[in-house]
Amino acid sequence: MSEAIVITSGKGGVGKTTTTANLGTALALMDKKVCLMDTDIGLRNLDVVMGLENRIIYDIIDVAQGRCKLKQALIKDKRFDYLFLLPAAQTSDKHDLSPEAMIEMVNELKQEFDYILIDCPAGIEQGYKNAVAGADHAIVVTTPEKSSVRDADRIIGLLEQEEITSPKLIINRIRNHMMESGDMMTIDEIIQVLSIDLLGIVQDDDEVIKASNHGEPVALNPNIKSSISYRNIARRILGESVPLQSFDQEQTFMTKVKKFFGMREK
Amino acid sequence: MSQKPLVMIKGTRDGLTLFLSDDAPFHAVKEQLIDMLNQDDFDEVDSLITIKVELGNRLLHTDEKEELKTLIQSKRRLVVQDIVSHVITKQEALALKEASDIHLHTRPVRSGQVVDIVGDVLVIGDVNPGGTVKATGNVFVLGALRGIAHAGYEGNTDVVIAASLMNPVQLRIAELYSRAPDYETDGVYMECAYIDDGQIIMDRLQHVMKKRPVINGFERSVLNV
Repeated sequence: MSEAIVITSGKGGVGKTTTTANLGTALALMDKKVCLMDTDIGLRNLDVVMGLENRIIYDIIDVAQGRCKLKQALIKDKRFDYLFLLPAAQTSDKHDLSPEAMIEMVNELKQEFDYILIDCPAGIEQGYKNAVAGADHAIVVTTPEKSSVRDADRIIGLLEQEEITSPKLIINRIRNHMMESGDMMTIDEIIQVLSIDLLGIVQDDDEVIKASNHGEPVALNPNIKSSISYRNIARRILGESVPLQSFDQEQTFMTKVKKFFGMREK
Repeated sequence: MSQKPLVMIKGTRDGLTLFLSDDAPFHAVKEQLIDMLNQDDFDEVDSLITIKVELGNRLLHTDEKEELKTLIQSKRRLVVQDIVSHVITKQEALALKEASDIHLHTRPVRSGQVVDIVGDVLVIGDVNPGGTVKATGNVFVLGALRGIAHAGYEGNTDVVIAASLMNPVQLRIAELYSRAPDYETDGVYMECAYIDDGQIIMDRLQHVMKKRPVINGFERSVLNV
Protein backbone atom coordinates (compact mmCIF):
# COMPACT_ATOMS: atom_id res chain seq x y z
CA MET A 1 0.00 0.00 0.00
CA SER A 2 2.49 2.64 -1.02
CA GLU A 3 1.66 6.12 -2.21
CA ALA A 4 3.34 8.49 -4.60
CA ILE A 5 2.68 12.12 -3.70
CA VAL A 6 3.73 15.01 -5.90
CA ILE A 7 4.46 18.33 -4.21
CA THR A 8 3.77 21.17 -6.58
CA SER A 9 2.84 24.85 -6.64
CA GLY A 10 3.08 26.41 -10.08
CA LYS A 11 4.92 29.42 -8.78
CA GLY A 12 8.57 29.19 -7.83
CA GLY A 13 10.02 29.97 -4.44
CA VAL A 14 7.00 29.10 -2.31
CA GLY A 15 8.74 26.20 -0.58
CA LYS A 16 8.13 23.02 -2.56
CA THR A 17 11.60 21.66 -1.97
CA THR A 18 11.67 22.64 1.70
CA THR A 19 8.25 21.04 2.17
CA THR A 20 9.34 17.86 0.40
CA ALA A 21 12.48 17.59 2.53
CA ASN A 22 10.65 18.22 5.78
CA LEU A 23 7.68 15.96 5.09
CA GLY A 24 10.09 13.23 4.05
CA THR A 25 12.03 13.68 7.25
CA ALA A 26 8.88 13.78 9.37
CA LEU A 27 7.55 10.60 7.76
CA ALA A 28 10.91 8.90 8.26
CA LEU A 29 10.75 9.92 11.93
CA MET A 30 7.55 7.91 12.12
CA ASP A 31 9.35 4.84 10.85
CA LYS A 32 8.01 4.98 7.34
CA LYS A 33 10.06 3.98 4.34
CA VAL A 34 10.36 7.14 2.32
CA CYS A 35 11.95 8.02 -1.00
CA LEU A 36 12.31 11.62 -2.16
CA MET A 37 12.45 12.25 -5.89
CA ASP A 38 13.80 15.51 -7.25
CA THR A 39 12.41 16.15 -10.74
CA ASP A 40 13.69 19.70 -11.10
CA ILE A 41 16.15 18.80 -13.83
CA GLY A 42 18.87 21.38 -14.27
CA LEU A 43 18.03 23.20 -11.05
CA ARG A 44 18.25 20.50 -8.47
CA ASN A 45 18.44 21.49 -4.83
CA LEU A 46 16.60 18.91 -2.79
CA ASP A 47 19.97 17.26 -2.26
CA VAL A 48 21.37 20.52 -0.88
CA VAL A 49 18.47 21.00 1.52
CA MET A 50 18.91 17.40 2.70
CA GLY A 51 22.67 17.89 2.96
CA LEU A 52 23.37 14.99 0.63
CA GLU A 53 24.93 16.85 -2.28
CA ASN A 54 28.38 15.32 -1.82
CA ARG A 55 27.03 11.78 -2.12
CA ILE A 56 25.56 12.04 -5.62
CA ILE A 57 27.06 9.72 -8.21
CA TYR A 58 24.17 8.85 -10.48
CA ASP A 59 20.99 10.83 -10.99
CA ILE A 60 17.41 10.42 -12.25
CA ILE A 61 18.39 10.94 -15.90
CA ASP A 62 21.04 8.22 -15.63
CA VAL A 63 18.30 5.88 -14.44
CA ALA A 64 15.82 7.01 -17.12
CA GLN A 65 18.38 6.49 -19.87
CA GLY A 66 19.56 3.18 -18.54
CA ARG A 67 23.10 4.19 -17.56
CA CYS A 68 22.61 2.74 -14.09
CA LYS A 69 20.13 0.78 -12.02
CA LEU A 70 17.58 2.62 -9.93
CA LYS A 71 19.09 1.25 -6.70
CA GLN A 72 22.51 2.60 -7.63
CA ALA A 73 21.21 6.14 -7.96
CA LEU A 74 19.37 6.16 -4.62
CA ILE A 75 21.20 8.00 -1.85
CA LYS A 76 20.64 6.92 1.72
CA ASP A 77 20.07 9.73 4.18
CA LYS A 78 22.74 10.24 6.85
CA ARG A 79 20.19 10.26 9.69
CA PHE A 80 17.63 7.60 8.78
CA ASP A 81 17.93 4.05 7.55
CA TYR A 82 14.87 4.24 5.37
CA LEU A 83 14.99 7.70 3.90
CA PHE A 84 16.37 7.81 0.38
CA LEU A 85 16.85 10.48 -2.24
CA LEU A 86 16.76 10.12 -6.00
CA PRO A 87 18.54 13.31 -7.12
CA ALA A 88 17.78 15.30 -10.25
CA ALA A 89 20.39 15.81 -12.96
CA GLN A 90 22.19 19.09 -12.98
CA THR A 91 23.49 19.10 -16.53
CA SER A 92 20.70 17.50 -18.56
CA ASP A 93 17.56 19.00 -19.99
CA LYS A 94 14.03 18.37 -18.72
CA HIS A 95 13.16 16.83 -22.07
CA ASP A 96 15.54 13.97 -21.30
CA LEU A 97 12.93 12.71 -18.86
CA SER A 98 9.59 11.41 -20.08
CA PRO A 99 6.32 10.78 -18.23
CA GLU A 100 6.59 7.09 -19.18
CA ALA A 101 10.04 6.81 -17.61
CA MET A 102 8.71 8.51 -14.47
CA ILE A 103 5.81 6.08 -14.17
CA GLU A 104 8.20 3.17 -14.53
CA MET A 105 10.54 4.51 -11.85
CA VAL A 106 7.73 5.31 -9.43
CA ASN A 107 6.28 1.83 -9.85
CA GLU A 108 9.64 0.29 -9.12
CA LEU A 109 10.11 2.48 -6.04
CA LYS A 110 6.62 1.60 -4.78
CA GLN A 111 7.69 -1.98 -4.22
CA GLU A 112 10.33 -0.84 -1.78
CA PHE A 113 8.92 2.26 -0.10
CA ASP A 114 5.76 3.36 1.75
CA TYR A 115 5.88 6.92 0.53
CA ILE A 116 7.41 8.45 -2.56
CA LEU A 117 7.51 12.23 -2.41
CA ILE A 118 8.05 13.88 -5.78
CA ASP A 119 9.45 17.39 -5.74
CA CYS A 120 7.99 19.17 -8.75
CA PRO A 121 9.73 22.01 -10.62
CA ALA A 122 8.04 25.40 -10.93
CA GLY A 123 6.01 26.02 -14.05
CA ILE A 124 3.45 23.99 -15.96
CA GLU A 125 5.51 22.61 -18.82
CA GLN A 126 7.32 19.34 -19.41
CA GLY A 127 8.92 19.28 -15.96
CA TYR A 128 5.55 19.53 -14.28
CA LYS A 129 4.05 16.91 -16.58
CA ASN A 130 6.88 14.51 -15.76
CA ALA A 131 6.48 15.07 -12.03
CA VAL A 132 2.73 14.44 -11.92
CA ALA A 133 2.84 11.47 -14.30
CA GLY A 134 3.60 8.87 -11.67
CA ALA A 135 1.78 10.45 -8.75
CA ASP A 136 -1.34 9.12 -7.00
CA HIS A 137 -1.90 12.19 -4.88
CA ALA A 138 -0.88 15.81 -4.99
CA ILE A 139 -0.02 18.41 -2.42
CA VAL A 140 -0.25 22.01 -3.57
CA VAL A 141 1.95 24.47 -1.71
CA THR A 142 1.07 28.13 -1.68
CA THR A 143 1.97 31.23 0.29
CA PRO A 144 -0.58 33.83 1.36
CA GLU A 145 0.28 36.01 -1.62
CA LYS A 146 -2.12 36.72 -4.45
CA SER A 147 0.27 35.69 -7.21
CA SER A 148 1.06 32.45 -5.46
CA VAL A 149 -2.62 31.64 -4.86
CA ARG A 150 -3.39 32.43 -8.49
CA ASP A 151 -0.75 29.97 -9.68
CA ALA A 152 -1.92 27.38 -7.17
CA ASP A 153 -5.41 27.74 -8.62
CA ARG A 154 -4.04 27.18 -12.10
CA ILE A 155 -2.18 24.08 -10.96
CA ILE A 156 -5.24 22.67 -9.18
CA GLY A 157 -7.16 23.12 -12.43
CA LEU A 158 -4.49 21.17 -14.30
CA LEU A 159 -4.32 18.48 -11.62
CA GLU A 160 -8.07 17.95 -11.87
CA GLN A 161 -7.58 17.06 -15.51
CA GLU A 162 -5.07 14.37 -14.55
CA GLU A 163 -6.06 11.18 -12.83
CA ILE A 164 -5.12 12.58 -9.46
CA THR A 165 -7.66 12.48 -6.69
CA SER A 166 -8.45 15.72 -4.93
CA PRO A 167 -5.25 17.65 -4.28
CA LYS A 168 -4.51 18.86 -0.74
CA LEU A 169 -3.29 22.29 0.25
CA ILE A 170 -0.39 23.47 2.39
CA ILE A 171 -0.21 27.17 3.13
CA ASN A 172 3.40 28.08 3.72
CA ARG A 173 5.12 31.14 5.11
CA ILE A 174 2.25 32.49 7.12
CA ARG A 175 2.89 35.76 8.87
CA ASN A 176 0.42 36.33 11.66
CA HIS A 177 0.85 40.04 12.08
CA MET A 178 0.27 40.67 8.38
CA MET A 179 -2.83 38.48 8.30
CA GLU A 180 -4.21 40.21 11.34
CA SER A 181 -3.59 43.64 9.91
CA GLY A 182 -5.29 42.61 6.67
CA ASP A 183 -2.19 43.08 4.53
CA MET A 184 -2.09 39.42 3.58
CA MET A 185 -4.75 36.98 2.46
CA THR A 186 -6.11 35.05 5.42
CA ILE A 187 -6.23 31.27 5.53
CA ASP A 188 -10.01 31.33 5.14
CA GLU A 189 -9.80 33.54 2.06
CA ILE A 190 -7.28 31.24 0.44
CA ILE A 191 -9.33 28.12 1.12
CA GLN A 192 -12.44 29.87 -0.17
CA VAL A 193 -10.78 30.70 -3.48
CA LEU A 194 -9.03 27.39 -4.00
CA SER A 195 -11.84 25.26 -2.54
CA ILE A 196 -9.70 22.22 -1.75
CA ASP A 197 -8.94 20.51 1.56
CA LEU A 198 -6.35 22.11 3.78
CA LEU A 199 -3.61 19.70 4.82
CA GLY A 200 -1.68 22.10 6.98
CA ILE A 201 -0.21 25.49 7.57
CA VAL A 202 3.38 26.47 8.22
CA GLN A 203 4.52 29.74 9.71
CA ASP A 204 7.20 31.88 8.19
CA ASP A 205 10.24 31.04 10.25
CA ASP A 206 13.89 32.00 9.99
CA GLU A 207 14.78 28.62 11.48
CA VAL A 208 13.55 26.89 8.31
CA ILE A 209 15.97 28.84 6.18
CA LYS A 210 18.77 28.37 8.68
CA ALA A 211 18.19 24.63 8.79
CA SER A 212 18.00 24.36 4.99
CA ASN A 213 21.31 26.15 4.68
CA HIS A 214 22.89 23.64 7.02
CA GLY A 215 21.46 20.72 5.13
CA GLU A 216 19.45 19.65 8.18
CA PRO A 217 15.67 19.74 7.59
CA VAL A 218 13.95 21.69 10.35
CA ALA A 219 11.59 18.79 11.04
CA LEU A 220 14.44 17.10 12.92
CA ASN A 221 14.32 19.67 15.69
CA PRO A 222 11.24 19.21 17.88
CA ASN A 223 11.67 22.56 19.63
CA ILE A 224 10.78 24.64 16.62
CA LYS A 225 7.20 25.59 15.81
CA SER A 226 7.46 25.02 12.07
CA SER A 227 8.95 21.62 12.77
CA ILE A 228 5.77 20.70 14.65
CA SER A 229 3.73 21.96 11.71
CA TYR A 230 5.56 19.63 9.33
CA ARG A 231 5.20 16.72 11.73
CA ASN A 232 1.48 17.42 12.05
CA ILE A 233 1.16 17.41 8.27
CA ALA A 234 3.02 14.12 8.10
CA ARG A 235 0.64 12.65 10.67
CA ARG A 236 -2.31 13.80 8.59
CA ILE A 237 -0.78 12.13 5.54
CA LEU A 238 -0.69 8.92 7.57
CA GLY A 239 -4.40 9.32 8.19
CA GLU A 240 -4.36 10.58 11.76
CA SER A 241 -6.73 13.37 12.49
CA VAL A 242 -4.67 16.13 13.99
CA PRO A 243 -6.73 19.21 14.74
CA LEU A 244 -6.08 22.02 12.32
CA GLN A 245 -5.38 24.76 14.79
CA SER A 246 -4.80 27.98 13.06
CA PHE A 247 -1.72 29.65 14.39
CA ASP A 248 -3.23 32.97 15.18
CA GLN A 249 -5.85 31.44 17.44
CA GLU A 250 -3.28 29.38 19.23
CA GLN A 251 -1.04 32.34 19.58
CA THR A 252 -3.66 34.74 20.80
CA PHE A 253 -4.65 32.16 23.40
CA MET A 254 -1.04 31.72 24.43
CA THR A 255 -0.53 35.45 24.45
CA LYS A 256 -3.54 35.82 26.68
CA VAL A 257 -2.20 33.24 29.11
CA LYS A 258 1.20 34.80 29.08
CA LYS A 259 -0.29 38.23 29.54
CA PHE A 260 -2.27 36.85 32.44
CA PHE A 261 0.92 35.76 34.11
CA GLY A 262 2.56 39.03 33.23
CA MET A 263 5.00 37.39 30.81
CA ARG A 264 6.11 38.85 27.53
CA GLU A 265 6.25 36.79 24.46
CA LYS A 266 9.68 35.43 23.64
CA MET B 1 -59.12 27.09 -62.58
CA SER B 2 -61.21 24.57 -60.70
CA GLN B 3 -58.77 23.55 -58.02
CA LYS B 4 -57.49 25.67 -55.18
CA PRO B 5 -55.02 28.25 -56.47
CA LEU B 6 -51.40 27.47 -55.69
CA VAL B 7 -50.55 31.09 -55.05
CA MET B 8 -52.66 33.47 -53.04
CA ILE B 9 -52.07 37.15 -52.51
CA LYS B 10 -53.18 39.05 -49.48
CA GLY B 11 -52.74 42.74 -48.96
CA THR B 12 -51.68 43.89 -45.53
CA ARG B 13 -50.76 47.21 -44.06
CA ASP B 14 -47.09 46.55 -44.67
CA GLY B 15 -47.42 45.33 -48.25
CA LEU B 16 -48.34 42.06 -49.85
CA THR B 17 -48.15 38.57 -48.49
CA LEU B 18 -47.82 35.68 -50.95
CA PHE B 19 -49.12 32.37 -49.68
CA LEU B 20 -47.52 29.55 -51.66
CA SER B 21 -49.38 26.28 -51.39
CA ASP B 22 -47.39 23.47 -49.81
CA ASP B 23 -49.25 20.51 -51.33
CA ALA B 24 -48.16 20.93 -54.90
CA PRO B 25 -44.72 20.41 -56.44
CA PHE B 26 -42.50 23.45 -56.15
CA HIS B 27 -42.09 23.86 -59.93
CA ALA B 28 -45.88 24.01 -60.34
CA VAL B 29 -46.11 26.69 -57.69
CA LYS B 30 -43.30 28.55 -59.38
CA GLU B 31 -45.01 28.42 -62.76
CA GLN B 32 -48.22 29.78 -61.36
CA LEU B 33 -46.30 32.49 -59.55
CA ILE B 34 -44.64 33.54 -62.81
CA ASP B 35 -48.04 33.61 -64.53
CA MET B 36 -49.46 35.72 -61.82
CA LEU B 37 -46.56 38.13 -61.74
CA ASN B 38 -46.90 38.63 -65.49
CA GLN B 39 -50.68 38.99 -65.29
CA ASP B 40 -50.79 41.78 -62.78
CA ASP B 41 -49.25 44.97 -63.92
CA PHE B 42 -46.77 45.41 -61.14
CA ASP B 43 -44.54 47.62 -63.28
CA GLU B 44 -47.23 50.27 -63.36
CA VAL B 45 -47.16 50.86 -59.60
CA ASP B 46 -45.27 53.91 -58.44
CA SER B 47 -44.06 53.02 -55.00
CA LEU B 48 -42.15 49.96 -53.85
CA ILE B 49 -44.16 47.07 -52.51
CA THR B 50 -42.69 44.89 -49.81
CA ILE B 51 -43.48 41.23 -50.16
CA LYS B 52 -43.60 38.60 -47.48
CA VAL B 53 -43.62 35.01 -48.67
CA GLU B 54 -45.38 32.35 -46.60
CA LEU B 55 -44.25 28.85 -47.50
CA GLY B 56 -46.55 26.92 -45.16
CA ASN B 57 -45.15 23.49 -44.38
CA ARG B 58 -42.63 23.58 -47.19
CA LEU B 59 -38.92 23.52 -46.54
CA LEU B 60 -36.72 25.30 -49.08
CA HIS B 61 -32.97 25.25 -49.57
CA THR B 62 -31.14 28.52 -49.47
CA ASP B 63 -30.61 28.47 -53.26
CA GLU B 64 -34.31 27.77 -53.81
CA LYS B 65 -35.13 30.72 -51.60
CA GLU B 66 -32.69 32.82 -53.61
CA GLU B 67 -34.35 31.66 -56.81
CA LEU B 68 -37.76 32.63 -55.48
CA LYS B 69 -36.45 35.98 -54.42
CA THR B 70 -34.90 36.85 -57.78
CA LEU B 71 -38.05 35.63 -59.49
CA ILE B 72 -40.22 38.04 -57.54
CA GLN B 73 -37.75 40.85 -57.64
CA SER B 74 -37.51 40.64 -61.44
CA LYS B 75 -40.52 42.89 -61.21
CA ARG B 76 -38.83 46.16 -60.42
CA ARG B 77 -41.28 47.44 -57.84
CA LEU B 78 -41.31 44.35 -55.68
CA VAL B 79 -39.00 43.85 -52.72
CA VAL B 80 -38.91 40.57 -50.87
CA GLN B 81 -38.71 41.33 -47.21
CA ASP B 82 -38.97 37.91 -45.72
CA ILE B 83 -39.50 34.27 -46.61
CA VAL B 84 -41.01 32.31 -43.74
CA SER B 85 -41.85 28.68 -43.28
CA HIS B 86 -43.51 26.65 -40.57
CA VAL B 87 -40.81 24.04 -40.69
CA ILE B 88 -37.06 24.07 -40.10
CA THR B 89 -34.45 21.39 -40.65
CA LYS B 90 -33.44 19.07 -37.87
CA GLN B 91 -30.03 20.66 -37.96
CA GLU B 92 -31.43 24.14 -37.45
CA ALA B 93 -33.67 22.84 -34.72
CA LEU B 94 -30.76 21.26 -32.88
CA ALA B 95 -28.69 24.40 -33.27
CA LEU B 96 -31.62 26.39 -31.92
CA LYS B 97 -31.94 24.03 -28.99
CA GLU B 98 -28.22 24.15 -28.35
CA ALA B 99 -28.26 27.93 -28.42
CA SER B 100 -31.23 28.20 -26.09
CA ASP B 101 -30.32 25.50 -23.61
CA ILE B 102 -28.78 26.33 -20.28
CA HIS B 103 -25.54 24.38 -20.07
CA LEU B 104 -24.38 23.34 -16.63
CA HIS B 105 -20.74 23.58 -15.67
CA THR B 106 -20.41 21.89 -12.33
CA ARG B 107 -16.84 22.52 -11.26
CA PRO B 108 -15.04 25.69 -10.37
CA VAL B 109 -13.48 27.62 -13.23
CA ARG B 110 -9.90 28.04 -12.14
CA SER B 111 -7.13 30.35 -13.22
CA GLY B 112 -6.17 29.75 -16.86
CA GLN B 113 -9.34 27.80 -17.70
CA VAL B 114 -11.78 29.01 -20.33
CA VAL B 115 -15.35 27.74 -20.44
CA ASP B 116 -16.77 28.41 -23.90
CA ILE B 117 -20.47 27.68 -24.35
CA VAL B 118 -22.98 28.06 -27.17
CA GLY B 119 -26.18 29.08 -25.43
CA ASP B 120 -26.57 30.03 -21.79
CA VAL B 121 -24.19 28.81 -19.13
CA LEU B 122 -24.81 28.14 -15.46
CA VAL B 123 -21.61 27.69 -13.49
CA ILE B 124 -22.14 25.84 -10.24
CA GLY B 125 -19.06 26.88 -8.32
CA ASP B 126 -16.76 29.85 -8.34
CA VAL B 127 -15.09 31.55 -11.26
CA ASN B 128 -11.65 32.32 -9.86
CA PRO B 129 -9.37 35.20 -10.82
CA GLY B 130 -7.72 34.34 -14.13
CA GLY B 131 -10.59 32.08 -15.17
CA THR B 132 -12.94 32.98 -18.04
CA VAL B 133 -16.53 32.04 -18.78
CA LYS B 134 -17.88 32.95 -22.21
CA ALA B 135 -21.24 32.13 -23.73
CA THR B 136 -23.23 33.22 -26.75
CA GLY B 137 -26.15 33.68 -24.36
CA ASN B 138 -26.43 34.58 -20.70
CA VAL B 139 -23.85 33.81 -18.03
CA PHE B 140 -25.14 32.77 -14.62
CA VAL B 141 -22.78 31.96 -11.78
CA LEU B 142 -24.07 30.12 -8.72
CA GLY B 143 -21.04 31.06 -6.69
CA ALA B 144 -18.51 33.85 -6.68
CA LEU B 145 -17.59 35.49 -9.97
CA ARG B 146 -14.02 36.69 -9.47
CA GLY B 147 -12.68 36.20 -12.98
CA ILE B 148 -13.85 37.28 -16.41
CA ALA B 149 -17.35 36.70 -17.76
CA HIS B 150 -18.29 37.33 -21.39
CA ALA B 151 -21.97 37.05 -22.29
CA GLY B 152 -23.24 37.21 -25.87
CA TYR B 153 -19.76 36.99 -27.34
CA GLU B 154 -21.16 36.58 -30.84
CA GLY B 155 -22.79 39.98 -30.57
CA ASN B 156 -26.05 39.49 -28.71
CA THR B 157 -26.52 42.61 -26.58
CA ASP B 158 -29.73 41.49 -24.82
CA VAL B 159 -27.98 39.04 -22.54
CA VAL B 160 -27.10 39.40 -18.88
CA ILE B 161 -24.40 38.25 -16.47
CA ALA B 162 -25.69 37.28 -13.05
CA ALA B 163 -23.74 36.00 -10.05
CA SER B 164 -24.36 35.12 -6.42
CA LEU B 165 -21.26 37.09 -5.51
CA MET B 166 -20.23 39.60 -8.12
CA ASN B 167 -16.58 40.58 -7.83
CA PRO B 168 -15.24 40.21 -11.36
CA VAL B 169 -11.95 41.29 -12.86
CA GLN B 170 -13.77 42.17 -16.05
CA LEU B 171 -17.28 41.92 -17.46
CA ARG B 172 -17.91 41.73 -21.17
CA ILE B 173 -21.25 41.77 -22.94
CA ALA B 174 -21.17 41.52 -26.73
CA GLU B 175 -18.62 44.15 -27.84
CA LEU B 176 -18.62 46.13 -24.60
CA TYR B 177 -16.49 45.61 -21.57
CA SER B 178 -16.11 47.08 -18.12
CA ARG B 179 -13.44 46.41 -15.57
CA ALA B 180 -13.22 46.35 -11.82
CA PRO B 181 -12.18 49.54 -10.05
CA ASP B 182 -8.48 49.87 -9.24
CA TYR B 183 -9.10 49.66 -5.51
CA GLU B 184 -9.99 46.36 -3.89
CA THR B 185 -13.62 45.52 -3.33
CA ASP B 186 -15.41 42.75 -1.49
CA GLY B 187 -17.95 42.31 -4.25
CA VAL B 188 -21.73 42.48 -4.06
CA TYR B 189 -24.26 39.71 -3.61
CA MET B 190 -26.97 38.77 -6.10
CA GLU B 191 -26.09 41.26 -8.78
CA CYS B 192 -26.69 41.25 -12.48
CA ALA B 193 -24.99 43.13 -15.31
CA TYR B 194 -26.62 44.14 -18.60
CA ILE B 195 -26.31 46.74 -21.31
CA ASP B 196 -28.24 49.94 -20.89
CA ASP B 197 -27.68 53.05 -22.96
CA GLY B 198 -24.58 51.67 -24.64
CA GLN B 199 -22.75 50.72 -21.48
CA ILE B 200 -22.65 47.87 -19.04
CA ILE B 201 -24.41 48.60 -15.80
CA MET B 202 -24.97 46.53 -12.67
CA ASP B 203 -28.17 46.23 -10.75
CA ARG B 204 -29.84 44.13 -8.10
CA LEU B 205 -30.89 40.82 -9.56
CA GLN B 206 -34.54 41.52 -8.74
CA HIS B 207 -34.59 44.67 -10.86
CA VAL B 208 -33.24 43.10 -13.99
CA MET B 209 -36.35 41.11 -14.82
CA LYS B 210 -38.12 44.38 -15.57
CA LYS B 211 -35.41 45.41 -18.00
CA ARG B 212 -35.02 42.00 -19.60
CA PRO B 213 -38.44 40.34 -19.53
CA VAL B 214 -37.45 37.69 -22.09
CA ILE B 215 -34.33 36.42 -20.45
CA ASN B 216 -35.19 32.88 -21.47
CA GLY B 217 -33.07 31.85 -24.41
CA PHE B 218 -35.67 29.78 -26.24
CA GLU B 219 -38.36 32.43 -26.22
CA ARG B 220 -35.72 34.89 -27.30
CA SER B 221 -34.61 32.91 -30.31
CA VAL B 222 -38.13 32.01 -31.39
CA LEU B 223 -39.10 35.64 -31.18
CA ASN B 224 -36.10 36.55 -33.29
CA VAL B 225 -37.15 34.06 -35.96
